[in-house]
Amino acid sequence: MSGGGLLLAMLLLPLVGSAVVAPMRSTPTAAKVTAMVFALGELVLAALAWSAYQPSGARLQLLLSIPWIPSFGTRFALGIDGIALVMIALVSVLVPIVMGSSWAEKLPEDRTPAGFYALLLTLQSLLIGVFVSTDVFLFYLFFEVMLVPMYFLIGRFGGPRRQYAAVKFFLYSLLGGLVMLGSVIGLFVVSGNRLGHGTFDWASLVRIAGSVPQSTQIWLFLGFFVALAIKAPLVPFHTWLPDAGAEAPIGVGVLLVGVMDKVGIYGFLRYCLPLFPAASRALAPLVLVLAVVGVLYGALLAVGQSDMKRFVSYTSVAHFGFIALGVFAFSTQAQAGAVLYMVNHGISTGMLFIVVGMLIARGGSRLISDYGGVAALAPLLAGTMLVAGLSSLALPGTNSFVSEFMVLIGSFPRQPVYTILATTGMILAALYVLWFYQRLMQGPVRGAAVVGALDGPGTATAPEAAAQRQRARFPDLSIREVAVLTPLVALILLLGLYPQPVLNVINPSVGATLTEVGLSDPVVGQGGR
Amino acid sequence: MLGGGFQAGLVAQVPQVQVPQVQAPTVDYGAIAPVLIVLGAACLSVLVEAFVSRSARWSAQVALTLLTLGAAGAALGVHLYSFSAGVRNVVTLAGTIVVDGPALFLWGTLLALGLAAVLLIADRTVEPGGAFSPDAAIRPGTAADRAQTGGAVGTMTATVMQTEVFPLFLFSLGGMMVFLAANDLLTMFVALEVLSLPLYLMCGLARRRRLLAQEAAVKYFLLGAFSSAFFLYGVALLYGYAGSVTLSRIAEASAGSNRPDTLLFGGLALLVIGLLFKGSIGPFHTWTPDVYQGAATPVTAFMAACTKVAAFGAILRVLTVAFEGTRWEWRGLLWGVAIVSMVIGAVLGLTQTDVKRMIAYSSVAHAGFLLVGAIALTAQGLSGTMFYLLAYGFTTLAAFGVVTLVRDADGEATHLSQWAGLAKRSPLTAAVFAFLLFALAGIPLTSGFTAKFAVFSAALADGMAPLVMIALVASAVAAFFYLRVVVLMYFSEPAIDGPTVSVPGAFTTAAITLGVVITLLLGVVPTFALNWAALGTFGS
Repeated sequence: MSGGGLLLAMLLLPLVGSAVVAPMRSTPTAAKVTAMVFALGELVLAALAWSAYQPSGARLQLLLSIPWIPSFGTRFALGIDGIALVMIALVSVLVPIVMGSSWAEKLPEDRTPAGFYALLLTLQSLLIGVFVSTDVFLFYLFFEVMLVPMYFLIGRFGGPRRQYAAVKFFLYSLLGGLVMLGSVIGLFVVSGNRLGHGTFDWASLVRIAGSVPQSTQIWLFLGFFVALAIKAPLVPFHTWLPDAGAEAPIGVGVLLVGVMDKVGIYGFLRYCLPLFPAASRALAPLVLVLAVVGVLYGALLAVGQSDMKRFVSYTSVAHFGFIALGVFAFSTQAQAGAVLYMVNHGISTGMLFIVVGMLIARGGSRLISDYGGVAALAPLLAGTMLVAGLSSLALPGTNSFVSEFMVLIGSFPRQPVYTILATTGMILAALYVLWFYQRLMQGPVRGAAVVGALDGPGTATAPEAAAQRQRARFPDLSIREVAVLTPLVALILLLGLYPQPVLNVINPSVGATLTEVGLSDPVVGQGGR
Repeated sequence: MLGGGFQAGLVAQVPQVQVPQVQAPTVDYGAIAPVLIVLGAACLSVLVEAFVSRSARWSAQVALTLLTLGAAGAALGVHLYSFSAGVRNVVTLAGTIVVDGPALFLWGTLLALGLAAVLLIADRTVEPGGAFSPDAAIRPGTAADRAQTGGAVGTMTATVMQTEVFPLFLFSLGGMMVFLAANDLLTMFVALEVLSLPLYLMCGLARRRRLLAQEAAVKYFLLGAFSSAFFLYGVALLYGYAGSVTLSRIAEASAGSNRPDTLLFGGLALLVIGLLFKGSIGPFHTWTPDVYQGAATPVTAFMAACTKVAAFGAILRVLTVAFEGTRWEWRGLLWGVAIVSMVIGAVLGLTQTDVKRMIAYSSVAHAGFLLVGAIALTAQGLSGTMFYLLAYGFTTLAAFGVVTLVRDADGEATHLSQWAGLAKRSPLTAAVFAFLLFALAGIPLTSGFTAKFAVFSAALADGMAPLVMIALVASAVAAFFYLRVVVLMYFSEPAIDGPTVSVPGAFTTAAITLGVVITLLLGVVPTFALNWAALGTFGS
């Protein structure tokens, strides 16, 4: 099918782009422009994939399957369902935005933009690969290899403690990945026992999933769970994220939190639930506890952060709790909400990250206490941060409200206690976002990073001149920055007011996932969309 | 048959005595041609060393060695063709050598690895005059040193290198080939000595850091002699048990007899200790770091890659052919050995500050992973382990190849701190080494991952889930020290008087390229090699 060719093209285009960009060390601008062209080309391909996908069609579409390693029972098999489609759309939208936001990024000494953009494109290709694989082996492969460009992006281009953060990130993920490898191999052995020949074909594995004994399923589930929970990250496995998020360059942080972490949740939906249905049902309470703890713990820690990037990372931990709750509540509404939440979180937290990055680029400090009253100097910057923040706390009318509401209302019939506990997280979200905004943006102009050395004691205090100097030191958004943020604001409002096109794509796949788990929707709710 | 006249004469002198008829064993020359070619060329190579003039010796030796490897490879290919077309296991030379699927695969592996190793050994550009010296008293860089390597006194370039290493290399390689195809324990012992003695010598030939090299050689020799003695004692006990040293006879004897088990398991234990020593499997690994560090790096590369193949080929054969029936008695013990090896390799590897020692400990960890596959004793385990040997061999060879390039005034700069910021000085070398380290760590799209997958899936299918989990955790720990080097090369600032990266000559470039390409290919399209490894099982 030509559709499969489309997915293959999406996989290869960024790789080609990476190979083209990487040698352009001496011409930074050309490298950036070329990379941007490839990223926009990828966006076009994603749009084509979106239009080629039929929501009411088969479970997996745009299939492509080439024999690869017969003795491992693995094929180079691509295909997407609705969930994968929205994720690749998210990747394809975010990468050009990330490139735009990193355009003027100050890289550590003698690192070239060519390397940075080439790694970004490689990462994009691998992220697409994770979402379009329909072969467990292939998925695992992308899941692991993805670490390498991310590792170099953090370690080579990040903040002062980048080495530590990069190694911590890599080791956490690798440990999880190797535990998962145990389960992947186990899956191969189990399928060999059931079918006579081992296979990694997702559809075949789903077919035999029901007949695997629950005890076996639980072991295999746990292997996947550890890796995916580290990636997601759920609470006891989350400690790498604040470090990695804080030390990563802004653009990389957006992809890390906005997309790469979603691979964890995506893995739950696509692999854990359908492949180990009995184990998923049996262990759901465990995940729900972790999810709710994550919501509350992440929110509380976010309140206490003094570093802006760590703050954004912890808000993400809280959001991932909500998403995990939606996935393991086992109702169509909650799961569709969770998938939509993944998209929305990518957009709103991505935007929050980018705006914070713009602030840091101006002030040169990551500490909240170094800023104050920025709104007076840079009203546009403050406004966009408010939009991102309000979206993050799920204000009605923004995109996150729809998804958070769906998760909560969909989870309530089956899991009232967990849902009620998680709802308190919304209050904490309002607290941490608004307080964050208030400290940074409102009140009189203050803080070391804003006032700066120019206005030390002894300088003339003519108020007009001082304000002028501060404005020059602390300019409002540039045209490039407005161009980067506009699509995000548009998406926030659009998905907040009219999420139906996305839900139409998500719903059938979520329904199918629920069938594979062997559960149907609880009948309590009145079944609103 | 003896001549009739001679026989008649005997009968006339000593009537009524039955004279045993000596039958000349039939030899399937086609099947064992690769071994004959290698060993024959080794003898020829000694003659070259004796009679060819000094200035032409290097070219003659290199040409002879490469030709030998090519010819042996071709002979192997011819036999493999008929093998895959239906001709099955060949037992020849009076039942001492068996040419079966695993032997053919591992011979191919040895020849290919040997080719890469000999390319490293033959290089004269990275270290002018080669990495070897015959005389411990002459310091590198002095006039005497230049004189013995052929450069005119007073010039900086030396054009001729010491070439004793080539015949030693060929003998050792031939020994390895016989070792893993031996059908009885005595042949195996002789092959063990043929492969080991040249290695001891090669260790001591290093031109730089000679004290280290000579210490390594002595240590290797002494410990190797002990392990040979263990091996031989084991053979004696097994002979006492089974009345034969042939592997299949031992298997027959152990199947339902009322002979004393003490002899059997005592013999097995001593025998296996000898083999584990050669494979540098913990806790019998203690020689490995010192020898890897002390020997000239091209020799280390040869040792790390090829000795492992030979040792594991023999381990697989002995365990499968002779002791499969008693597996439940000994497997628990080898579980323990595998765990110890993985843990020692992974944990002690963390503390190393020398690149060569680090790779040595990594090889101990890898030996543990290999043993996990080897004790599965299934067709899958066999093919997985052999694939692992191929993959690991090329990766580690190329890694040592890179080590030869990073140098300062005193030769190779092997201290890890000297590798800081290498990516800035020499992006290509750093990228190649990082790729190889990721392969050793088992990141997908490298051969390391495919190999681990093959081995671990075989072990899991054979019901060794706990062992596999331990192996995976050990892999994660080991990944840390590979990663540390990547961090050093990429994220650290280079030292001011740090080492330079030599521009490799054609030979080293070829060896490293070969290793990297195969590491990549076996990660991306491993089907061909996997199918070949699965071509046949042990015959006897």
